[in-house]
Amino acid sequence: MPNTVREPAISVGGLTKSYGRGDQLIEAVKGIDLSVEAGQTYGFLGPNGAGKSTTIEMLCTIRNPTSGSARVAGYDVVEERDEVRRRIGLVFQQQTLDQQLTAQQNLRFHADLYGLARGDADRRIDEVLDMVALSDRRGDEVQKFSGGMKRRLEIARGLVHSPQVLFLDEPTIGLDPQTRRAIWDYLHDLRRRTEITVFVTTHYMDEAEHCDRIAIMDNGEIVVEDTPEALKSSVGTDRIALRTDDDELTIGRLRERLGIEAAMHEGQVTLAVAEGAQVVPRLFTELDTVIQSVTVTRPSLDDVFMAYTGRTIRDSEGPQSMAAVFAGRR
Amino acid sequence: MAAPVREPLTVVRGDLSHQLRATWVVCRRELLRFGKDKARMLTMLLQPLLFIFVMGTGLGSIVDTGGGTDFRTFLFPGVLATSVLFTAAFSGISLVWDREFGFLREMMVAPISRSSIIWGKCLGGAIVATGQSLILLALIGTVGIPYSPVLLVQLVGCLFLGSLLLTALGVLLSTRIKTIQAAMPISQMLIMPMMFLSGSLFPVSGLPDWLAVLTKLNPLTYVVQPMRHLVLEQLSLTDVERERLLPVITWFGWSVPVGVQLIAVGAITLALVALAARTFRTVE
Ligand SMILES: Nc1ncnc2c1ncn2[C@@H]1O[C@H](COP(=O)(O)OP(=O)(O)OP(=O)(O)O)[C@@H](O)[C@H]1O
Ligand SMILES: [Mg+2]
Repeated sequence: MPNTVREPAISVGGLTKSYGRGDQLIEAVKGIDLSVEAGQTYGFLGPNGAGKSTTIEMLCTIRNPTSGSARVAGYDVVEERDEVRRRIGLVFQQQTLDQQLTAQQNLRFHADLYGLARGDADRRIDEVLDMVALSDRRGDEVQKFSGGMKRRLEIARGLVHSPQVLFLDEPTIGLDPQTRRAIWDYLHDLRRRTEITVFVTTHYMDEAEHCDRIAIMDNGEIVVEDTPEALKSSVGTDRIALRTDDDELTIGRLRERLGIEAAMHEGQVTLAVAEGAQVVPRLFTELDTVIQSVTVTRPSLDDVFMAYTGRTIRDSEGPQSMAAVFAGRR
Repeated sequence: MAAPVREPLTVVRGDLSHQLRATWVVCRRELLRFGKDKARMLTMLLQPLLFIFVMGTGLGSIVDTGGGTDFRTFLFPGVLATSVLFTAAFSGISLVWDREFGFLREMMVAPISRSSIIWGKCLGGAIVATGQSLILLALIGTVGIPYSPVLLVQLVGCLFLGSLLLTALGVLLSTRIKTIQAAMPISQMLIMPMMFLSGSLFPVSGLPDWLAVLTKLNPLTYVVQPMRHLVLEQLSLTDVERERLLPVITWFGWSVPVGVQLIAVGAITLALVALAARTFRTVE
């Protein structure tokens, strides 16, 4: 593998999974294809029951696919299960720590199961505890940890054996914003320092911004897959709002010199363009009016989700719908 | 911040040594967990003490052993075996808790075989159960049996073999039982009959046929009988006592030697582990 063209870290073809049979048949995953380049952070977005966990479980060799194939870190998830397992780290949606053991004991157990040599194990345990800032709590029983601390410990544990691919199933669910941010900081830090590929599922649209590429899954299918930027551009235009000394003059010159129609909106000159970043420099060179401030608003991933699935991600999650909040956004 | 991750790590090679190490760490976890549970250790000792010193003393006055042997001496090896029955079976069934609290997954996704996990569970449960029974064993002098080192080692060997079987049985059950709520009643349903049908609390001589058959089908019987032989052989029994207290177990008319009984225990254990590993593979 080393000197040839690099194989994708994850490649999936026609992967399906059905649960039950007959009338009870649930097609949780309906033939998905995807490819994740080594070193990328890949986000998997979708509402409850979309099939995210089922997909991750197949990629992690815990469930056998009903049909189709998947290769992870260069090995087939069915035929070469142990080879895959040695090269991946996992953080499940549900807790999988031994609450009665200490943080250190949990990590030690993991290092032993993955066959790390003594010296390496000690060094890695120190490193990962350091990374998630739990070094000073290593001797405490896990049941005394907060939810966020447990999550951080699980991420640390998933990294003990230096996996090539790290799978995280909803790593930030139910955590407060600070802890969520901290977890993403660790992931960014990790990516800066290593070649690791990260495959992460999430409900939180804002977190998808951290990913190099994202796939939106709905009802067992991938409805769209691209970079967050490309997805946002695909669903709409950027909005530029200007504060100027002379709004009338600015609107006039926008029309004459740039051919852009603008209007007053909430006390600002507001215009819609395809690529905000390309228009802003021209405003300064070509308008010849005094501009006090410029705000460019890009479409959000919520808009993307809305465009491709016909509803917001919170709509699909039942009662505590925040749809109203989002409806008023644009 | 942490130092950059250096890859690759030196992974201990050789699949067998890796699997053995995995078995050992799963086993060590059982020991660690048990060590933290002091209350469980003590409560598990209460029942055998009641059996020997309260029930044994009470019944001793009406039971005729057929000679001078104390009923409690007869009872002692049986109660030792039942004491490991509880601890070992629960250790095996604790796999249901491991599943419920998620830790089973951590073990299942590691690059190790299911058999390694199961053997680790079994060894851990057996060591814990045997270790606990050592406390009871220390009381052997109070029922009139000499502290002979050879006898003690032999008894510990039997207890360990028995514990291994019972943990394996617990593990096999837990591959089928999916909820904690079901685990308790089902294990009671298993443990109680096993205890009463093993001849641990009364001699299996002169039982009606149906009871004798059930006793012979119970693997615990083959742990109790050898231990009782070892213990009672320390004393000089009358012929009547020998017949009453140490009845011969027969399979289709063949009287089964004690050594063969112990081999049977080992064989059943291997079968249970193999079966558990198979259900594990197909079910999880
Ligand atoms: N073990 C199972 N047996 C039967 N059906 C299952 C099983 N696991 C999942 N399903 C079904 O498969 C579908 C996809 O579930 P999955 O857990 O993969 O979704 P998800 O995208 O991870 O959802 P969430 O965001 O809630 O975690 C759901 O309809 C679910 O009911
Ligand atoms: Mg899920």
